[in-house]
Amino acid sequence: MPQGIAAMLPELANANGELVRRGRFLEVTFLLEIGGSAYLIRIHRGRIESMQPGPHVQPRWTFALRAPAAAWAKFWQAVPPPGTHDLIAMLKNGDLKLEGDQHPFIANLRYFKELLALPRVAGAQERR
Amino acid sequence: MAAPQFEAAVGRYLPLQVDGKRHRLYIEEAGSGMPLLCLHTAGSDGRQFRGLMNDKALTAQFRVIAFDLPWHGKSSPPAGWQEGEYRLTSRAYVDTVMAVIDALGLERPVCMGCSIGGRIVLHLALEHPQRFRALIGLESAAHAQAYYDLDWLYRPDVHGGEVCGAIISGLIAPTVPSSERWETIWHYMQGGPGVFKGDLHFYTQDGDVRGRLSSIDTQACPLYLLTGEYDYSCSPADSRELAAHIKGAKLTVMEKLGHFPMSEDPPLFLTYLRPVLEEIRATAR
Repeated sequence: MPQGIAAMLPELANANGELVRRGRFLEVTFLLEIGGSAYLIRIHRGRIESMQPGPHVQPRWTFALRAPAAAWAKFWQAVPPPGTHDLIAMLKNGDLKLEGDQHPFIANLRYFKELLALPRVAGAQERR
Repeated sequence: MAAPQFEAAVGRYLPLQVDGKRHRLYIEEAGSGMPLLCLHTAGSDGRQFRGLMNDKALTAQFRVIAFDLPWHGKSSPPAGWQEGEYRLTSRAYVDTVMAVIDALGLERPVCMGCSIGGRIVLHLALEHPQRFRALIGLESAAHAQAYYDLDWLYRPDVHGGEVCGAIISGLIAPTVPSSERWETIWHYMQGGPGVFKGDLHFYTQDGDVRGRLSSIDTQACPLYLLTGEYDYSCSPADSRELAAHIKGAKLTVMEKLGHFPMSEDPPLFLTYLRPVLEEIRATAR
């Protein structure tokens, strides 16, 4: 289940010293939607400070990333198929919707691409 | 003391007059034989062809040449660049390629371009088919629609090098060697402010050739197309659409490669390129 994979994000992110270093100027709350499940993720100095599952009452976020559960499941495969292997690819093919103030997402694009791909690497290592 | 083990490529600077402006172009080459002129992607430079220039089997038969477009790599922008914004046009791009061919005295080279280079070979096929032995379009489509706001690439509150590298990283196949992936990304991170965006003006607007494809004569000049399966900027579907509109164009879809095949995994790309070059050597007049 992609929701279960998403739950790994805080531990994976905060254990990754290079990711945290690259995000050292990053302060933002964003919404990650996986099909019917939405998570409010608060990042403080590159670390995931909190990740709250819904339901949310009047959630406040700077930007939102929304995609169907099936798309995230493909994205998190060890070798994802063409078109679902990258956040910008998913934006282009329409699987991913980016809403709100995109500035912190774009200004830290490598950070967010690598953050959200962490379960892929972790999963691949588990399978070895 | 042992002699230094240099790579085969040698680089030189060429003063060149294009479009009434004096340019200083950086050109690299390796090998001898049939000239193979290589055109880099938007926002990058000729280093993308390092793997080809280091391939002894290729350079035994081909003189592999790559130049950095003005504003790119070690080629300077023209004097006065500091006023105004860089924008690549079809006219300037075609004229630059032809000026390089004339200056080097290349006799009907094979010209292989990737992405914006894959687009300009279509313009070359339309305007100068008799000047080329064959044309090879890598990641080539007749047109590309912008799929993100290009203004993000050039504004003071977003780091240009970081965003250019991060934007294009997904265009590389996930399976290629890490060192080649990050070398490819580094070239993008080194691009000058606004240069990648200026190239995309050609890629998404000025260079559209959709209405002219039926005039391309592959009898006059053979056209080969090679597209990586992980490329979503110029996808295999885009290249299929292109090939469907050009009688005689030959398309190969490359597995486990993306938008920068010659740079992201040179040995794998060469397995696709060698048969094309063999056919050109065997059949091109």
